Amino acid sequence: MAAYTLKVRRFQPESGDGPYWETFDVELDPTLSVLDGLLQAKDRDDGSLAVRCSCRAAICGSCGVKINGQSALACKTQIGEAKEIANRRDGGSEPIVVEPMGNMPVIKDLVTDMESTHWTKIRRVTPWLLPEGDPPEREYIVPPESMIDITQSMACIQCGACVSSCLSMEADPDFIGPAALAKAYRFVGDPRDAETEERLHDLANDPHGIYDCTHCFSCIDACPKGVAPMDQIMRLRRKATAGYEIDDHNNGMRHEHAFVKIIESKGTLDESLLLQESFAPGLKGKLAPRPGAIKGLIESIPTAIRGLRSGKMRSLPKLIPGIHPKLPGDAQDNVRRIYAHAEDHSVELNLYIRGEEAEEDAPVPEAEAVPAAAIEPEPDEGGG
Amino acid sequence: MPDHDVLVIGAGLAGQRAALAAAEDDVSVGIISKVHPVRSHSNAAQGGINAALNPDDSWESHAFDTIKGSDYLADQDAVEIMTQEAPKELLHLEHLGVTFHRNEKGELGTRAFGGASAARTYYVADITGQAIMHVLYEQLMKYSDEVARYEEYFTTGLAIDDGGACVGAVCRNVKDGSMELFGAKSVILATGGNGQVWQPTTNALICTGDGISMAYRAGAVLMDMEMIQYHPTTLAGKGFLITEGARGEGAHLLNAKGERFMERYAPNKMELASRDVVSRAEQTEINEGRGFPDGTVALDITVVPRKRIHEALREIVLVGQDFAGVDITKEPIHIKPGNHYTMGGVKTDVWGRTNVEGLYAAGEVACVSVHGGNRLGANSLLDTLIFGRRSGEDAAERAKGREPARPSQSVLDDEQARIGEILGREKGSGRRVSEVRKELGETMDKHVAVFRDEAGINTALETVKRLQEEARSCYIDDRGSVFNQDALGALELGYMLDNAEATCVAALHRTESRGAQYRTDFPERNDEEWLKHIDLSHKDDAPEISYSDVTMTQWEPQERTY
Repeated sequence: MAAYTLKVRRFQPESGDGPYWETFDVELDPTLSVLDGLLQAKDRDDGSLAVRCSCRAAICGSCGVKINGQSALACKTQIGEAKEIANRRDGGSEPIVVEPMGNMPVIKDLVTDMESTHWTKIRRVTPWLLPEGDPPEREYIVPPESMIDITQSMACIQCGACVSSCLSMEADPDFIGPAALAKAYRFVGDPRDAETEERLHDLANDPHGIYDCTHCFSCIDACPKGVAPMDQIMRLRRKATAGYEIDDHNNGMRHEHAFVKIIESKGTLDESLLLQESFAPGLKGKLAPRPGAIKGLIESIPTAIRGLRSGKMRSLPKLIPGIHPKLPGDAQDNVRRIYAHAEDHSVELNLYIRGEEAEEDAPVPEAEAVPAAAIEPEPDEGGG
Repeated sequence: MPDHDVLVIGAGLAGQRAALAAAEDDVSVGIISKVHPVRSHSNAAQGGINAALNPDDSWESHAFDTIKGSDYLADQDAVEIMTQEAPKELLHLEHLGVTFHRNEKGELGTRAFGGASAARTYYVADITGQAIMHVLYEQLMKYSDEVARYEEYFTTGLAIDDGGACVGAVCRNVKDGSMELFGAKSVILATGGNGQVWQPTTNALICTGDGISMAYRAGAVLMDMEMIQYHPTTLAGKGFLITEGARGEGAHLLNAKGERFMERYAPNKMELASRDVVSRAEQTEINEGRGFPDGTVALDITVVPRKRIHEALREIVLVGQDFAGVDITKEPIHIKPGNHYTMGGVKTDVWGRTNVEGLYAAGEVACVSVHGGNRLGANSLLDTLIFGRRSGEDAAERAKGREPARPSQSVLDDEQARIGEILGREKGSGRRVSEVRKELGETMDKHVAVFRDEAGINTALETVKRLQEEARSCYIDDRGSVFNQDALGALELGYMLDNAEATCVAALHRTESRGAQYRTDFPERNDEEWLKHIDLSHKDDAPEISYSDVTMTQWEPQERTY
């Protein structure tokens, strides 16, 4: 037993007052959860404290909240650990801060309106299987690994933690978002679905679709079930680009190719090349720009200026072609070797089944883990 | 007033399956759930779903295992239907998109499960219930024109007309507190079990026996209420479930001396004997001092290849990590028997029909009975789907050509008054709901659990009666309309107490040991006197006992060894 203080952001819609903070003192074993703490406060002190919860075991997805600013399930967060994090951040005896999830309207206390955001977006991706023709007499015969692959997105419990933490959605509330796109992969990756290409066209061409994700990893951190929504979005992108060569209105495919090519030749991102390579790749693209390339380039200038002003792009001189620094020593050759390895091992790597790849007790070999990252270089700076 | 041909209450697997089946029959369908459908407790079914689909397996073998598992209390006609229809239902799910595990040929693959004579459990890692339920919810979204969803609507009572028929229900919209009367030609209860009556339990906080209580109060007969399953592998204290799939994959049970004690209790099936047998074995080890000091024995999953653990028991790796601080791939985890499943429930026929005209029940709320004294692992998902579908079909058929239901406005007024009375209770006038709930749970777990005797059950029953009195004056803090979980908690407490009373009365009455009912004062099974169901009906505010025969088709009771 230990004593904890929970500082809860409350909102009682019928009171006429705005949100306010209230602290609750609870006593429980450190291995019990923040939800257990909230329920103790509710049981003992104030039954009007509203929090959705049911299974207490991270299966039902009801109790998504923010704990010390991080989106999580209250039932899956040990209160002792939450306290340590609170201490670390505030350097002392700070309370554990519990707030409703972000990117969603609050109904009451920790209860958010998931219908208007989360579920509307889920329905946006046509979330049901669309097979061709009548089903077979027995089961569909599919590669066993395909079922394991999409089981990762099937593991999603629709808790909304990823939506709550999504930075892209904060900037663009219309972004389809991590949960719905992970759900989309569940069909795109399903060999029984007959509309793969249509689904990908739809998601690639939607201005709020797969190219609206900025690779910030927040959803991966927030997901309590290891669904790794961003990985699913990247899988959708790779299927759209490498798989179906979908030349989308968002210029997403070209932008992605530009990243890959620049890193291959320079090792790090040469921002001076990014826009031109995205819109008019290579010499051919520059000599005979495809329709819309110039327009796209010009339309991107305001974004580039905003990037410069906000410091997101490093500095004006960095935009002058040719002054981008080379990698030291033979680092660049190593980068190329990683690319070569990735091309030789172009199988989709689903880290979800890591345990299956590994021998007894052996960690995943570095080389195996690298290609996925190499195919999808993370922009250290600059737009994604 | 929302009006439907078929109204389904509860949106777990049984409810969703019933709604989809009814919708296929071109009737208007509404589905009500006190939580968002995907939060339903069917999620928690980890291990899989049984079906004799392989050519070298047979429905007869599945049926026999189920009947033997039930300790011969299951109705054999119902078991025959369930096991015969299982393969077709499984393939239907696969066609809808459930991501079932495949063998290397790409066909559906199986795992072994307790009490089964063949590996006939189909699965999605260890999230089978979740995977199936999310796929059914996909279908509900697909058919949203055909099936109206009322998500986060709490049902407070059934509407019964002057002729005694069920013609709808009264619900409270959790989001704004408004009360609505729903009219329906057929009503299907699919509200799940009552695990929260016991503490601890593997069941979710929402499993408060709502439907069992509402049906009972509306005149429906309850059956086999004494049959409460204790699952052999739950985490001590918290009650979290470790899937039987772990033992299916080869995990061992060990006592504190490191002995594989199941050798003494079930030398042939060992850890894969039926759940009542394994739970009793564990409890015996613990009671006789061969358990660990925390009142547990150990489940050793390290004997399962790591590759296989990660592929097939992923959820359990997380449960070990997050809730017990144990890496199950490296060390044994401490477990004990814990409340898990309600075999009994609202008595129905094989079409889900209760004795109340127009009222159906399917899934854990119902008692067909296919589980009798003890349910086999991976038969619960099957039960929800088969009898959910059959209820949906029959309820739709019944609704066709019938005049719209006309529930009386007075039902709504009564329910509003009932909630108004709760909201109006003076603060400090009685005990808190949470206190009563806790005392109930601990009492039931102490006295009406793996081992029972007359004195213990009597103690429990007296406590329940006292708590029923106290519940009448329990006060709540929240007087508001929006998301007033406090008021709903008070209603749930009432449901739970009805369930507890029924279980105590039936457990006290059955003076023999069969399946999950083990009476230390009557340790033998007594087929001569007790090969029958105990039925309970609501008379003068207490359960009145009667009996019904167990339907036998081709399997005579035998001695049960594993």
